[in-house]
Amino acid sequence: MNEWAAIWVNLILILAVLFAFSAMLSWIERRLLGLWQDRYGPNRVGPFGVLQIVADSIKLLTKEDWIPPFADRAVFVLAPAIVAVTTLLAFAVVPIAPGIGVVDLNIGLLFFLAMSSLGVYSIVLGGWASNNKYSLLGGFRAAAQMLSYEVFMGLALMGVVMLAGSFNLRDIVAAQENLWFCIPQILGLATFAVAGIAEARRLPFDLPESENELVAGFHTEYSSMKFGMFFIGEYVGITLISAMIVTLFFGGWLGPLLPPLVWFLLKTFIVIVCFILLRAALPRPRYDQLMTYGWKVMLPVTLVNLLITGAVVLSAA
Amino acid sequence: MWNSLKTMWIVFLHMFHRRATIQYPDEKPNIPPRWRGRIILSRDPDGEERCVACYLCAAACPVDCIALQATEDEHERRYPEFFRINFSRCIFCGYCEEACPTDAIQLTPDFEMGEYNRKNLVYEKEDLLIDGPGKYPGYNFYRVAGITIGGKNKGEAENEAPPVDPHSLLP
Repeated sequence: MNEWAAIWVNLILILAVLFAFSAMLSWIERRLLGLWQDRYGPNRVGPFGVLQIVADSIKLLTKEDWIPPFADRAVFVLAPAIVAVTTLLAFAVVPIAPGIGVVDLNIGLLFFLAMSSLGVYSIVLGGWASNNKYSLLGGFRAAAQMLSYEVFMGLALMGVVMLAGSFNLRDIVAAQENLWFCIPQILGLATFAVAGIAEARRLPFDLPESENELVAGFHTEYSSMKFGMFFIGEYVGITLISAMIVTLFFGGWLGPLLPPLVWFLLKTFIVIVCFILLRAALPRPRYDQLMTYGWKVMLPVTLVNLLITGAVVLSAA
Repeated sequence: MWNSLKTMWIVFLHMFHRRATIQYPDEKPNIPPRWRGRIILSRDPDGEERCVACYLCAAACPVDCIALQATEDEHERRYPEFFRINFSRCIFCGYCEEACPTDAIQLTPDFEMGEYNRKNLVYEKEDLLIDGPGKYPGYNFYRVAGITIGGKNKGEAENEAPPVDPHSLLP
């Protein structure tokens, strides 16, 4: 009985905090982008503009929930739900701190990879069901981009799995007690970070959205809370990728003095800030550059990393 | 890769730069005097309307937002019976000011003209007319022009010689 209560408390608290944080992230992102572009960003609603998200939510909720008559209704409605559900499900396996976390799967890492792959369906189906050529182009791009970047996303993590000897995320964190994997797995970190940004469709890899050529890409036809779902999905996705980078490469909750939970949140936040800085600084690559980069640079680097790690692990054994 | 990291570092350093934003309603921007804002009609130094209702501003207006009707007072001095500017159409191009032969119509640095009701954006003559001469103090069209009005005959304007009497030229 007590165990179940603990699980439910964990579940609801994590969900609530995650939603609140993802919502706040839109404000944090705008403030930070402003900071790096010599402006202020939203600072009118409430102290420092923190209530901007409340205003935005009210606006989103009261917008007309429009489904175009030419759209494939069922799929059109389903698509935004998929991205929100898969990213939230993937968050279930993230070990936040000892005793905090929804489930402790022995294949946690694989579950995360599977869920983030399923998230692609949301984008592709959204682009397809909108029955609009810009959305369709966005969907195509998403399919090709995610397929290419998924390949080395999983491979980049295999070095970590080799070193830790487990797919369980808690074991992986425990294995970093002496040395964070960001040092022996620096190549893995670089490739995983790039793949993660591409998976979360963040700038500079936001080609499925690409406002200046595809209107809004796959979510051109979406409005109101359906658009909001894509939006939440994106922000939860960033949080998820950042949390995974922290778990796999920066020792998760490990750290001196401060309690584990604080360490985890702090590290995750710093990684998120780095992602936002990436958005502020870098332009979007052309589509063929993106593909070339994925297949001809990142994939070989991942394979080399895998070979080296394998050799080191074998020689040490 | 190295270039990207350098770019990120430069962008990061922008955190410590001065903000370019002017926090508008709290902090007023410094607007130059030649700013093309709300249109006014000025008066000459004697307090009379400068506008002579020549219709040049209405003809120059690319969006046709100026409407007026010319009339004359008892001194045969032309003035607009009504003068109406529809600011919901006005694009603040300043062509009316350029076209005006008497410097009557002028654009000012005021831009805070927001209204909740569209009809309130149609300004009548009493809304447009100001008490002073605007940008051109001391200029009075009727005092420098050779046109006859009540109280001023030909040859009585500033820097104007009396008209030549053709009969005096006869041999």
